[in-house]
Amino acid sequence: MLSGVLLFNQKGELLILRAFRQDMRPRLADVFRIQVISNPQIRSPILTLGSTTFSHIKSENIYVVGVSKGNVNSALVFEFLYKLVQLGKSYFGRFDEEAVKSNFVMVYELLDEILDFGYPQNTETETLKMYITTEGVKSERALEESSRITMQATGALSWRRDNIKYRKNEAFVDVIEDVNLLVSASGTVLRADVNGAIEMRAYLSGTPECKFGLNDALTLGSHSGGLDQPGPTGNLSGNKATKAAAGSVTLEDVSLHQCVKLSSFTTDRTISFIPPDGSFQLMTYRCSENVNLPFKVHAIVNEIGRSKVEYSIRIRSNYGSKLFATNVVVRIPTPLNTANTTHRTSQGKAKYVPSENVIEWKIARFTGQSEFVLSAEADLSAMTTHKAWSRPPLSMQFSLLMFTSSGLLVRYLKVFEKSNYSSVKWVRYMTRAGSYEIRF
Amino acid sequence: MAVNRLRSALGSARKGETYELRAGLVSQYAWERKESIQKTIMSMTLGKDVSALFPDVLKNIATPDLDQKKLVYLYLMNYAKSHPDLCILAVNTFVQDSEDPNPLVRALAIRTMGCIRVEKMVDYMEEPLRKTLKDESPYVRKTAALCVAKLFDLNPSLCIENGFLETLQEMIADSNPMVVANSVTALAEITETAPETRALKVTSQTLKKMLLALNECTEWGRITILTTLADYKATDVKESEHICERVSPQFQHVNPAVVLAAVKAVFLHLQHIDNPQLHATYLKKMSPPLVTLVSSQPEVQYVALRNIDLLLQKQPGILDKEMRVFFCKYNDPPYLKLQKLEIMVRIANAQNVDQLLAELKEYALEVDMDFVRKSIRAIGQVAIKIEDCAEKAVNVLLELINSKVGYVVQEVIVVIKDIFRKYPGYEGIIPTLCQCIDDLDEPNARGSLIWIVGEYAEKISNAGDILAGFVDGFNEEFIQTQLQILTAVIKLFLKKPDQSQGLVQKVLQAATAENDNPDVRDRAYVYWRLLSADPNAAKNIVLARRPQINSTIPVLPGPLLDKLIPNLSTLSSVYHKPPSAFLGQGRSSALQEEAIEEAKQNARENPIAAAAVSAAVAGTSAPQVQNNAENLLDIDFDGAAPASLSKAPTMGSSGLEGLAGTPQRVESPALTSPTQPPTSGGFEDLMGLGDAGPAPSNGGSQDLMNGFAGMTMDDQPPAPQTQMNGGGGKKTNEDLLGLF
Repeated sequence: MLSGVLLFNQKGELLILRAFRQDMRPRLADVFRIQVISNPQIRSPILTLGSTTFSHIKSENIYVVGVSKGNVNSALVFEFLYKLVQLGKSYFGRFDEEAVKSNFVMVYELLDEILDFGYPQNTETETLKMYITTEGVKSERALEESSRITMQATGALSWRRDNIKYRKNEAFVDVIEDVNLLVSASGTVLRADVNGAIEMRAYLSGTPECKFGLNDALTLGSHSGGLDQPGPTGNLSGNKATKAAAGSVTLEDVSLHQCVKLSSFTTDRTISFIPPDGSFQLMTYRCSENVNLPFKVHAIVNEIGRSKVEYSIRIRSNYGSKLFATNVVVRIPTPLNTANTTHRTSQGKAKYVPSENVIEWKIARFTGQSEFVLSAEADLSAMTTHKAWSRPPLSMQFSLLMFTSSGLLVRYLKVFEKSNYSSVKWVRYMTRAGSYEIRF
Repeated sequence: MAVNRLRSALGSARKGETYELRAGLVSQYAWERKESIQKTIMSMTLGKDVSALFPDVLKNIATPDLDQKKLVYLYLMNYAKSHPDLCILAVNTFVQDSEDPNPLVRALAIRTMGCIRVEKMVDYMEEPLRKTLKDESPYVRKTAALCVAKLFDLNPSLCIENGFLETLQEMIADSNPMVVANSVTALAEITETAPETRALKVTSQTLKKMLLALNECTEWGRITILTTLADYKATDVKESEHICERVSPQFQHVNPAVVLAAVKAVFLHLQHIDNPQLHATYLKKMSPPLVTLVSSQPEVQYVALRNIDLLLQKQPGILDKEMRVFFCKYNDPPYLKLQKLEIMVRIANAQNVDQLLAELKEYALEVDMDFVRKSIRAIGQVAIKIEDCAEKAVNVLLELINSKVGYVVQEVIVVIKDIFRKYPGYEGIIPTLCQCIDDLDEPNARGSLIWIVGEYAEKISNAGDILAGFVDGFNEEFIQTQLQILTAVIKLFLKKPDQSQGLVQKVLQAATAENDNPDVRDRAYVYWRLLSADPNAAKNIVLARRPQINSTIPVLPGPLLDKLIPNLSTLSSVYHKPPSAFLGQGRSSALQEEAIEEAKQNARENPIAAAAVSAAVAGTSAPQVQNNAENLLDIDFDGAAPASLSKAPTMGSSGLEGLAGTPQRVESPALTSPTQPPTSGGFEDLMGLGDAGPAPSNGGSQDLMNGFAGMTMDDQPPAPQTQMNGGGGKKTNEDLLGLF
């Protein structure tokens, strides 16, 4: 397992070194710095030297490195490193050099708690926040409290405290979808799928048992193979169309938060759980059937001789006219030797960003069923050797409220609790651009 | 050295700092003491030696402030080794703390005690550990469980004498899932370091407990349990079925590592189940979660993709419908793109091949050279794999030739050569190929084109002129190209004896009299004698029909694959090598020591330069470290660097692995990827000759011929420097691994 965890800044200065085993020597930090940070040829996130393996990820401006010996479980190592970053973010707001430097005691404390002898322990933010706090815990504090905390940190409900009380019981559900699109130069859709996540903020008293329902084709379809052949089959090609018409969605795959009872999900696809307090990600899903694309992009790009490139980009919104997308950014790549550009837009503002070789077209508010056009010209400076332009794809960013690309809907969220209180639930939908790319 | 002097000057200036810290540590004010401890830890992190403060820090150990206690413990763990005698002063506090009413304090004490690796401390650990293992708080118990593993690492006999292992085994039946998980973890660790203890025995009883805990414990605990379940040999089919049934819900977990662990467990247990329907059900269930892994973080995705690659080789067809998710995104890191390419080629079939070809063509126009080359190679692999799309693929390749980008054209030529070996009928495109003859500067591409010319000499009217051009500069060519020229000229002569008499003589003369490479000379002599002895026999041998190739997609040999499957999601599955091949024996190998020593020395000699200059150019023996690093990274990027240049870490059984796998390659004599470093040629030769045996033969000469067939394609004699470097046998093994 992990022998140690290292944090470096961009320059290769050591910020944190925590050894969990005796085979983690401080010198290994130098080895990593020399072999990875100051070696531009390294392209792999994993480096093995002898029996030592360095697995690293980058977060903001720091390297997070796991050092291990032997044939370690790499998926676990990377996942753990990402968990560490996530924890850092929720503790310090962000996890960069400055945050680590100013909170280094806390980072050590966290590492001490989430790894023991190199094996990850409880990494649930909510639980950890109970006993690793910025104020510091005094051991005079009521003893029952810490025994309660520890019970909870190890218990079957390791993610939830007892005796939570709210005056107003509320639950917020956010369905957030990232649409991934790849369109070829000829206009055919090469890939369109949705990565969705259901985020929940639960402010519910006691130990509420929640049941959650979606318009998932496998739960809705009475004659589907869902009952006699449980699990996401995803390939019921015969009746897919009929299901879509009936307003249901075929989810290719779902991953559920650890609070969801996986066994009951597998048998009858009900999502029942006792939620952690506060915000958490209930589930993520994938969907690639019947994806509604919010924007249609039509791009014409002509290279005229060696000195000019002409663009004509038309974008049409494909959702209800009452909705509007915000923060729409279209990034249109230009050749590396672009000298300057001229552009005209029917809406929004366009600007050439030389450092990234793109024309950035921003539209603050993009109403539904409308169409905007950008036409631009890029003047190229002459080059001694003519190198073909690789034409990176045009990409888009946007966020669109009350719209789901997959067509997913929350049908119900039921909360059962002993005291039988009534609760208020809010649902919000949002679609964002994942990697929304159009080749031209 | 100036830097060192500067450092020491600064050091003495900082002496004041140490004084200050010491004063703070013994201050009468609690806040001041705490602050000083924090500062001490800070200096410790920065690599300054603050061990001199040991006694003063130790004075602060008895504190009600939990934060401060943690910091003192952290300090203790780091410097205990330097003051073993003083540690004894801390023992009392630890023992007291382990009986503290607060479970957090108890756990902290036992956790830290295990990390203080001092002999004296061990003697005092026994009692607190025994108590905490039976603690009422599960939090303390789970911490104590891991502490047993720590103690075992320090002093195995003490651990066994005190019966801690038995206690741990009992703890698998604990009511708390996390305690179960940690007990399993500790036992697994002990079993791994000392198999003779047989600490982790999974019985039907413990199996039940583990399956129960699986649904309740933390994600990390699940991984431990799943891994243990995967390693467990089920007693009968029923049990395997039961395990699969209980494990498969974990496919839906958010944590990719859990998903992979579950896939591994189910996949391994499926092998004991004969029911084909069950197989189909589970494989079907497995594929959506595997696809989901492809949208995780890039590093996790990389591990997942490498594993998917393995699974696809073992169980082709599980992801047949999922081609699109493997399409490369423009900003994917290069290591992901290359891996995705490999997977796409594996799942290509007649239905999705059109899509794939369009996509590959798109990639071939990008700028990253490695990626472009590999995409072009993928086009060839697909064309050879799926007959129906060969024509489309060839058209795409021709379009790419027209791009006139140097490395694209060269790669295309190499790929087209392979296509000719499967489909000899595409001779219509030869004129196009011959047009770019002057743009080729890589030995592989030149060799490929010459091979094509020789092969189709009777159909190319100016074949003689083309080859004459090459013969003129014969001795300036790469050895590999020389061999190809030689063979091609002989072929031309046998096909058109009247036109090329002079050319043959010229080339044989150049190869025997003016060349100093023994391989070239030998081959020239063989041809010479053949021609002078019996031109008809020569014709039979040189122009014989070769067996068709079936695939150019690299495949791992069966035995190696079988060894890798139980290692899914580990490093071994990322490198596609058995653990023994890339890890030193034992916990720290000599090689690693060497690497560390190197770095240390570099840092000592010149701290600034050491950081700035990469090890490749740093010093005399540094290249070895560097080579080693490349060597392993290599595998993922298909031999951009000569893997065989460096010594293999320890070759263990891996060499045998590869050799055992050789028969597999009979069907595909030339699996070599075109950019294979020339040094791997030595083994290729062996392969070529080895293939001759089992191939269908009619008469003795045919065998010999096949041998030549292999040679004409792949012959790349080992460069002299590698022959000197390292033992031959060892090197060959390494080559073999590089090839796969």
